[in-house]
Amino acid sequence: MAHKDDLGRAGEQLAAEHLTALGWTVIDRNWRCRQGEIDIVALDGGTTVMVEVKTRSSVDYGHPLDAITPRKLARLRRLAGAWCEHHPGSRRVRLDVIGVVVGRHGTTLDHLRAVV
Amino acid sequence: MAVARTLAIALHGVDGALVEIEADLANGLPAFTIIGLPDAALGEAKDRVRSAAVNSGCDLPPRKVTVNLSPASLPKHGSGFDLGIAVAALATTGVIESAAIDRVVHVGELSLDGRLRPVAGVLPSVLAARRAGAVAVVVPSGNADEARLVPGIRVIAAASLRDVLIGHGARLDPVPVEALEPPTAVAPPSQPGDLSDVVGHPEAVEALQIAAAGGHHLLMLGPPGAGKTLLASRLPGLLPDLDPDAAVEVSSVRSLAGLPIGPSLVTRPPLEAPHHSATMAALVGGGSGLVRPGAISRASHGVLFLDEAPEFSASVLDALRQPLETGEITIHRARAVARFPARFQLVLAANPCPCGQGGGDDCTCSSLTRRRYLARLSGPLLDRIDLHLTVRRVGAAQLTEGGSPGATTLEARQRVAIARARTAERWGDAGCPVTAMAPGALLRSPRWRLPAADRAALDRALERGAITMRGYDRVLRVAWTIADLEGDDRPRADHLGRALYLRKGI
Repeated sequence: MAHKDDLGRAGEQLAAEHLTALGWTVIDRNWRCRQGEIDIVALDGGTTVMVEVKTRSSVDYGHPLDAITPRKLARLRRLAGAWCEHHPGSRRVRLDVIGVVVGRHGTTLDHLRAVV
Repeated sequence: MAVARTLAIALHGVDGALVEIEADLANGLPAFTIIGLPDAALGEAKDRVRSAAVNSGCDLPPRKVTVNLSPASLPKHGSGFDLGIAVAALATTGVIESAAIDRVVHVGELSLDGRLRPVAGVLPSVLAARRAGAVAVVVPSGNADEARLVPGIRVIAAASLRDVLIGHGARLDPVPVEALEPPTAVAPPSQPGDLSDVVGHPEAVEALQIAAAGGHHLLMLGPPGAGKTLLASRLPGLLPDLDPDAAVEVSSVRSLAGLPIGPSLVTRPPLEAPHHSATMAALVGGGSGLVRPGAISRASHGVLFLDEAPEFSASVLDALRQPLETGEITIHRARAVARFPARFQLVLAANPCPCGQGGGDDCTCSSLTRRRYLARLSGPLLDRIDLHLTVRRVGAAQLTEGGSPGATTLEARQRVAIARARTAERWGDAGCPVTAMAPGALLRSPRWRLPAADRAALDRALERGAITMRGYDRVLRVAWTIADLEGDDRPRADHLGRALYLRKGI
C-alpha cells in the first residue's frame, strides 16, 4: 500500500480515537457507495455526524483544512444523503471536518464542527 | 481574541473619512472574506495579506477570517487598506494585542514578501486622520516624508509588515529589509525661463504683472510665433510663494494624483498646460469608481494654461465656468461624491483665425470663418476673463535694436508681492486678498467709489453699451490692481483708461 494511503489510515484512526475520547460513538468507518466514501460516521448525543478526515505529513503545501474545497464539501453533502437513504429513520445530521498533521515534530488534530 | 479593530482612511477627493477595520476569527473552514463595499483592488487584498503574513513569520490561522470595513455603506477603493486589514486579522490570533492598534490609523499596500509599498494620497489621509482625532498613523517608509508634513499626529514609518507587528508588541525577530521607495519623479520640472527672455512685448509683460498681482484671468490673442506660449509660461514665476494652507492643498492634490511630493510641501504655484485633446474628465477630474483630480485641481493656486483654446471642445471649456466662480469642483458619481480645490488662474491663448494671420493681408480666412473660430470661446466664459490681450508679432527692429532689458522674473515677483500686500491691507479684512476676488458691491460702496471725473470714460462706455454691468466691475478691479502695482492709493483716470483698454483691447 502506498505511503499516502497509510498516512490517511493513520489520520482516520487518530480522528476516531479523538471522537471516542469526546464520548461520541463511532457507528461507521469508511462507508462506501457509488459516489465515494465517508471516512467516519459518529453519534454526538442525538446527532449523526459525518466526519471527513484530511491528513498531511507537513504544512509545507498548506494546512490540511485548506484542502477542503467547496467541491469536496459538496460531495460530502451528497454522501451524507446517500448514507441516510441506506439507514432509514429520522435524525439530525451534521458535517464535521478533522485536519490531522502527522509531522516529525508531533501530531496535531484540528476539529471543525458544522462546516456547512 | 476573536475580534480585533483598527483604523484606516477612505479618501473621497481631498476629504477623508475614518474607516474602522474589524476582523473576526471564527471556527470554520479556512477562508478570508472582506466585506463593506470594497472595489476590485481592495478585494484582492485578501491574497496579498495572506502571502505577506506568511512571509512575515506569522501565518493566518486555518480558520474563517471575516474583515468588515465600517461604515459598510461607504464605498472604499485602492490598496491602501492592505496594512490595516493584515494588522487587524493578525490581532485576532493574539500575535499582537488588540488594544495596541484600535486607535492607530494604518495606511499602506502590502507586497507579497511582506514589505510595505508606498501609496498615493498619504498627505490627505494623514490630514484626515488628524482631524478625526487618531493618535498615530502607520505609513510605509516610502511615504514617511510626505506624512511628516502634517504636524500634530505621531507618524510611524515602517518598511515591512514584520516591523509594524514588532512595533505593536509582537514577539518576532526583526529582519532588516530594503524599504520600497515610491517611483521617483520622471524628471524634476525644468526651471521655467525668466521674464527677461521676453523680447519686445512691454505691454504684454505689464499685463502679465497685472494678472499676477490681481489674480485676473487672461486671454491672449495673436498670430502663431508671436510669443503667447512664452508669455504664459512666465506667469507662475511672477506669483508669490504659496501660503501654508495653499501649500497643503496643492501638495494634497499632487499626492492624490500620485505625483511625487518630496521632503517639503510644494511652495511654488503649479502650472498645468493640458493639450487641447483633453477630455472633460481629464480637465475637471473624474473616472469611474475612483474619482481622480483633473488638470484644474492640479493647477489650483497656480496657473491653468490652455494653449490653442478654441481647439478645446466647447463642452470642456464651458465646464470651467462653475469652478471659476466657486474655486472648487464637486464631482458626482452614482456611488460617490468627491470635492477637489480648483482655485486656479486661467490663461487662454488663441490664434485670431484658423490660418493664424488674423485678418491681415496674408489671411486666407473668410470673415465668417474668423467669426466662427473665436465664437468657440463662449460668451459666458470670456465674460469671466478680466484681461483680453492682443499679442502682435515682434518686428525686426525690436529684436535687433537691443534697448534696455526688460524686468526679470525676480524683480517682477517682488513688484507683484508689494502690490498684493497693498490689496490685502485694504481689502484683506473683507475677504478678498486679491482684487479679482473683490465683490462688485465693495467696489461701488461709498467708501471705495471713485470720483465721477475719473470714471468718465468708463461711465461713457457703459452708457454706450460697450460694456455690461459685470464688465464695469471687472474694469474697476483691473484699475485697482494697476493702482496697487504703481503704488497709488486709488485708481486715477489713466489707470481706468488702461484697464478699459485691457478689457476691450481686442
